Amino acid sequence: MTMDIPSTINETRYGLLSKKYKVVDLINAYLAKIARYDGEINSFITVCEENAYKGAKKADALISELGEKAFQDYPLLGCVVAHKDVFITEGIRTTAASKVLDSYVPCYSATAVKRLDDAGAICIGKLNCDAWAHGSSGENSQFGATKNPWNLEYVPGGSSSGSGAALAADFCLLSTGTDTCGSVRLPSNYCGVVGLKPTYGAISRYGVIAMASSLDTVGPMAKTVEDVEMMFKVLSGPDAKDATIASVKYQSKSSSFKIGIPKEFFGEGLDDEVRNNLDSVIQIYKKLGVDFVDVSLPSTKYAISVYYVIQPAEVSSNLARYDGIRYGNSRDAFGDEAKRRIMLGTYVLSSGYYDAYYLKAMKVRTLIRKEVSVVFEKVDAVIAPVAPTPPFKIGAKANDPLQMYLTDIYAATANLSGIPSIAIPSGFTKNGLPLGFQLMGPRFSESLLFDLGKKYHKEISYKPSVAKL
Amino acid sequence: MRYTPVIGLEVHIELSTKSKMFCGCLADHFAKKPNTQTCPICLGLPGALPFPNKLAIEDTIKLGLAFNCNINRFSKFDRKHYFYPDLPKGYQISQYDLPLCVNGQYVLSSGKKVGISRIHLEEDTGKLIHQIVNGKRVSLIDFNRSGVALVEMVTAPDFHDVSDAVEFLKETQTIVRYLGVSGADMEKGSMRLEANLSLADESIDLSKGELPNYKVELKNINSFRFLEKAVKAEIERQSTLLEAGEAVLQETRGYDETKNTTFSQRSKEDAKDYRYFPEPDIPPLRFTDEEIEKIKSSLPEMPSDKRKRYVEVFGLPMNYATILASDITRAEYFERAVFIGSKHNVGPKTVADLMVNKYLDSEYDDPESLVKKIVELTKKEYASAKEVQEAIEEVIREQEKAVNDYRNGKGAVVGFLIGMTQKKLKGRGDPKMVMNRLISYLNSVVK
Ligand SMILES: [Zn+2]
Repeated sequence: MTMDIPSTINETRYGLLSKKYKVVDLINAYLAKIARYDGEINSFITVCEENAYKGAKKADALISELGEKAFQDYPLLGCVVAHKDVFITEGIRTTAASKVLDSYVPCYSATAVKRLDDAGAICIGKLNCDAWAHGSSGENSQFGATKNPWNLEYVPGGSSSGSGAALAADFCLLSTGTDTCGSVRLPSNYCGVVGLKPTYGAISRYGVIAMASSLDTVGPMAKTVEDVEMMFKVLSGPDAKDATIASVKYQSKSSSFKIGIPKEFFGEGLDDEVRNNLDSVIQIYKKLGVDFVDVSLPSTKYAISVYYVIQPAEVSSNLARYDGIRYGNSRDAFGDEAKRRIMLGTYVLSSGYYDAYYLKAMKVRTLIRKEVSVVFEKVDAVIAPVAPTPPFKIGAKANDPLQMYLTDIYAATANLSGIPSIAIPSGFTKNGLPLGFQLMGPRFSESLLFDLGKKYHKEISYKPSVAKL
Repeated sequence: MRYTPVIGLEVHIELSTKSKMFCGCLADHFAKKPNTQTCPICLGLPGALPFPNKLAIEDTIKLGLAFNCNINRFSKFDRKHYFYPDLPKGYQISQYDLPLCVNGQYVLSSGKKVGISRIHLEEDTGKLIHQIVNGKRVSLIDFNRSGVALVEMVTAPDFHDVSDAVEFLKETQTIVRYLGVSGADMEKGSMRLEANLSLADESIDLSKGELPNYKVELKNINSFRFLEKAVKAEIERQSTLLEAGEAVLQETRGYDETKNTTFSQRSKEDAKDYRYFPEPDIPPLRFTDEEIEKIKSSLPEMPSDKRKRYVEVFGLPMNYATILASDITRAEYFERAVFIGSKHNVGPKTVADLMVNKYLDSEYDDPESLVKKIVELTKKEYASAKEVQEAIEEVIREQEKAVNDYRNGKGAVVGFLIGMTQKKLKGRGDPKMVMNRLISYLNSVVK
């Protein structure tokens, strides 16, 4: 390596303004690292050098012309971003990590992609994921599994596997993911980065290949809470192309935080290292004067069951458009997991079964939503593990879909109730694998979650670390 | 055995909103170059989302109000799934259990009432074009129509006579045009008809809401005349079957215009399971009473009210009223002409007569010129001042009681005396002159 790759937006900006490097040097460095290491990690499906150099040229010109002012107009100027391959990118192949779309080059860009472009970010490529975002480990990609940069024998978490891995390997500064049931939080957790599952309705989903539309959210990922917050500012807000987006003023508070500990999330099946790490996080918050109270979410034990009715139902509907007439591949090209979900979803929506499955699941979903809002009458946020265990080995759960589905157990509540949740790194296992926790808040409480996250990282003098490759 | 036909109707109307139902593409697709009015949304491309057209929702509510429907204050869109090449998403965004409008009613000219079960909003599909390209038979898809706002109205099976059904359909077309929500042009496909039909024998008490245990759907009918013929042909077919003791199969049938028969298209066994579920990409729709009231107050006078007013206020015969009210532009022209005519002694009947029988309105772009022409045509040779004076004096002599009444302050008798004077003049009196002279003579007599 000829240069140290910056790990935050501020560092990048400082380096560019102090002429330590140009944007084109950054692109060179990222591309070199990708070329050298991604063959093994497999976090990218498509690397778009040409696009990156074009963006670099434009950014360097702006910086030399406008200096510091360029960063006022373009808050992410020169920041290198990579998108999960479910984000539609005009002129850049978009596959959803499925063979069905292996040669699909879209004619438009997602709102999220556009907003990051408009803020000056430079897209360097498209990231691997579980095909159609169906999975929790990245192993369901039809372009090969992604490996965890911290230990190549382990999964990076999914479905936004490439989005977590690419950050941990320093292949990009920022990445995007989607979270339908933990798909941003899990890879953030397994790769030691920060990821936000925003409030449903905070960030436009337009141009993001849909998995389960009533649960899908677009999530920013980066190495620090500050950077995720900056991305959130750029990404959030009304979009005339997504009818579910609300116009909201995000507010936080300055003192007397109260965090709830839901007893249902700390029960059986929780790994000791994960539990101990969470305890240490709680101790640090207590030291900072944050109050903790026990809360209860009794219906969350049904969350996974509810999720595995609603999600396949919507999946079966959303995948209907890949009908074999367009995009060049027939429905045979779907992988096993997609086929499994299409069949499950078709079944639960069939006449005669709708009431017993879909309708009932929707009723329980309403119940969970109510319970969650009652809890947030008492506390500002809720703390929970992201996953029951640290990263597991590639192949360990691949042949057991049910075991794999349980990985989502702590994720489903936020998606079913539409609340935001941020995954924050908080150390490593004795084997050197990342550990973390999640903070959930009421709808549109992102600012508060960012503040809580920053408080914690400040107290432990957090420095983002990069996996040694 | 005597059979009573039991007929229900399903009408599709393509709304004439400028843009499509869920995207910004132009909605007017008639005779446009294929696939020139499309975008990621109406092509159903990966990642695209629908954004509902508010005006189309309002137009549907207008239609519902015109048919006396209840407007659901809480409504939503649903996905209706089926595979067909002209349906790019694999589902159609439609409305299932909470349509915008329910439980309406329409009163036929005979006084019979017809229930409107529901009116809902959905998106139209693309169009398949089968043609030969380079010597090969191919099917092409034109997505210009894909995503155009489409309203579906379903009536209760309340028609027992095909002529009532046709009356209803024609009136529906008129109302849609009155509301300005669609051209409802069957040749352009912006109004499409379907009927469902069964025959009830005497064992079925229709007045108690009993219905036959089957129904046959007639589809792909593109004119009122063909609907009438198709229903008649189908009544024939079904009654022949029933007479022979055979059951009528529940199925969908098309109509063959050349053979004047219906033919089987799809049997009940092939009935599709559409796997409806609430469209997650569009939040539910909520309406306040004020919003509905506001839409209601924007509705124009309905054709039936217009006809009634033409008969009762203008004194037109019903057939004239019907002709004039069948087209809102012509009706508005007529009413404007009547208003102008009233200042020139031209009555509604005269205007109506010249419009209905002589199509005089087609020659004059504006009602002012029409009235001017009518005044010219009907200009009378008025009686001379001397004749008028003689007639007045005669009347005053004869009508002693009326004159006495006038003396006692009953001014209203003047109208009666004018009428009597005109009668003597055989209507040739210049009304102004008759009135002026009558009043001054009357005053001189009673002094
Ligand atoms: Zn369009």
